[in-house]
Amino acid sequence: MTIRRIPGLARATLFATATSVAGLLGSAAHAVEIQYWQYFFDARIAAMEQLIEKFEAANPDITVKMTHFPYADYRTKVAAAVPAGEGPDVVQLFYGWLNDYVDAKLIQPLPADVFPVDRIDAEFFPMVQAMKEGDSYWALPTAVRSLALFYNERLMEEAGIDAPPATLDELVAAAQAMTKLDGAGNVTTVGLTAGMTAQDHHWLREVLVRQMGGEPYLDDYTKVNYDTEAGRKALDFYTGLASGTPPATSFGFMDEPQAAFKAGRAGMHIDGSFRIGALAEIRGLKWGVAELPAGPDGTKSNYSSYWVNAITTKAEGEKFDASVKFMEYIVSDEAMQLWLDVVGELPAKPSVGMTEKNANDPVFGPFIRGLEYAHTTKFVNESAQRDVLVQMVDKIILEGGDPAAALSEAAAAEQKIIDDAK
Amino acid sequence: MYKSLTIRQKQIVWAWGFLALPVLFYTVIRFYPTGNAILISFQNWNLLGTRTWAGFDNYIKLFNDPVFWKVFANTFKYLLIGTPLSLLISFIIAYHLDQLRFMHGFLRMLYFLPFMTSAVAMAWVWRWFYQPVPTGLFNNLLASVGIGQIAFLNSTTNALPAILAPAIWAGLGFQIIIFMAGLRSIPKSYYEAARIDGVGWWTILWEITLPLLKPTIVFIVVFSSIGFLRIFDHVFNMTTNNPGGPLNSTKPLVLMIYDTAFSSFDMGYAAAQTVVLFTVLLVVSLVQLRILRDK
Repeated sequence: MTIRRIPGLARATLFATATSVAGLLGSAAHAVEIQYWQYFFDARIAAMEQLIEKFEAANPDITVKMTHFPYADYRTKVAAAVPAGEGPDVVQLFYGWLNDYVDAKLIQPLPADVFPVDRIDAEFFPMVQAMKEGDSYWALPTAVRSLALFYNERLMEEAGIDAPPATLDELVAAAQAMTKLDGAGNVTTVGLTAGMTAQDHHWLREVLVRQMGGEPYLDDYTKVNYDTEAGRKALDFYTGLASGTPPATSFGFMDEPQAAFKAGRAGMHIDGSFRIGALAEIRGLKWGVAELPAGPDGTKSNYSSYWVNAITTKAEGEKFDASVKFMEYIVSDEAMQLWLDVVGELPAKPSVGMTEKNANDPVFGPFIRGLEYAHTTKFVNESAQRDVLVQMVDKIILEGGDPAAALSEAAAAEQKIIDDAK
Repeated sequence: MYKSLTIRQKQIVWAWGFLALPVLFYTVIRFYPTGNAILISFQNWNLLGTRTWAGFDNYIKLFNDPVFWKVFANTFKYLLIGTPLSLLISFIIAYHLDQLRFMHGFLRMLYFLPFMTSAVAMAWVWRWFYQPVPTGLFNNLLASVGIGQIAFLNSTTNALPAILAPAIWAGLGFQIIIFMAGLRSIPKSYYEAARIDGVGWWTILWEITLPLLKPTIVFIVVFSSIGFLRIFDHVFNMTTNNPGGPLNSTKPLVLMIYDTAFSSFDMGYAAAQTVVLFTVLLVVSLVQLRILRDK
């Protein structure tokens, strides 16, 4: 009995020693795991997987775990997880949500030693400065989006137009030339799509108002400033598109502007870079892209929006350090080029965007060149602020309302939304 | 302990044992969220930060919001047009279908089919029907016979009835089935007696059929009223670009709640609207039960 017990005991001791040694070794080589959250979109997931792989190869002591879920659940999940100490260390969020995330203490400022303000200011396209507060940035984008003019090559050719319009006057003339009417005068093909519910409210706000000599907002987007002569001119230009003979457009044509363009029933269409992928899949549609037309005095403007990456308040200690490293990587030139190639979203830095190859790319080029003069509206509630402009145009188009009065009402309504959000 | 109980007490223990599950379910899934929603309506909360007390602010804001009154009126338009119209149509169809023997089952299936169809799919198909030329079915038909275009959805006056039409159509199948069950439950002998007395069909309908259908009618009225007061899928899907538009002319209360909660993230204000909707549903249902029940 005793003889047999001793080896048993020895074995047990040995085993225990071995496991504790293994445990010690394990914790010495133990990798920090950080969580990255984004919403579900195939190409974005694929791009991020590649980025994580490259990052982990360069930083063997850090592992990044990506979680993604549908856009609709995004906000609620993040909001529930972070305060509970769960969820992401690095999170992707829409730039327009930044204030809510900051106020709710869900994210922390990026450390100024790694992301110094003056360097970021210099390296990124100017509209990224909307993410800056005082001596630090709250968040940074890997990729950005801007607007451009898509055109249908076949319809252009039919109408005898050899180059996409470069100015607003040329835009109207080209659109009128491409519009087709049936015997009863119903529009069957529009020269230019129009619909405030798509991207046109951005075009009106940040592009047309500026091109007519105005400034849509003052005091860091806290004061609505388009109820002016410039604003009235911009609105008249926009609603006037439907009233020429022949009209340049028809509001509500084929339900959605992008649907009309996809169906080959629209000569030109203003939309964001995120539309490229969907249009590339349409067989038989030959399209090109041009920069947005310049204003009467040559003013160029554009609107840019983006998703940003930020470090949450959950990340502390070594996880924070790892998160900073990961942030550095996903806003690097290499990451931006990969994101452009895989997702088709535009680089956020001129050093990547304005390379010979990217800036002259026939599809991405016009969008990227637009970033140099793009503005980013600091929305407090994008959908509500959009609705104000949608209703303004509806009042004029559907109810024959007075444009100047509709503009004043819209400006007052939007100011109220901004004030209420304070 | 259990052994010392009387049979009656044991029965009560068992009854509650079985009831515990639904009671627990309702408490967790229904009553707790309802109570919480009422609580949130007195608070400000954007889903992200902490909740702060707002007192009656959300209700005062609601009272002074012109959009709310517009939406409130729309909601009652859906109810006041939708309920009587669907009741009338479904009764006429059920009455005639009941007397029909030829292809009865097939026709009943045809009427019931829309009820089983996804509201989202149906709304999108109708949305395309309503488009102007060159895409819209209705306007293309009009154009082919030389009649001018009708702006169905792109009009502040036509949009609400245009959205209501498929919603009524979708609910018909269910109401027809209920009506037919009600008609079948009326004893044949009443009709035979009436016919022997030489009474006309109108009198039979008015004096026998309708009075005996009263419980059925009460059920359908209450049920469809709640449905129209809570209309959402059809409106949302037919106006996704500009939900509830143009100019809020089709926006029902549920859509306003959805917008406030999940685009504006103003949970307190949305909860206040929910409490109002809950109250409206409660009052309308109680009033209808009251009016239609006693003679």
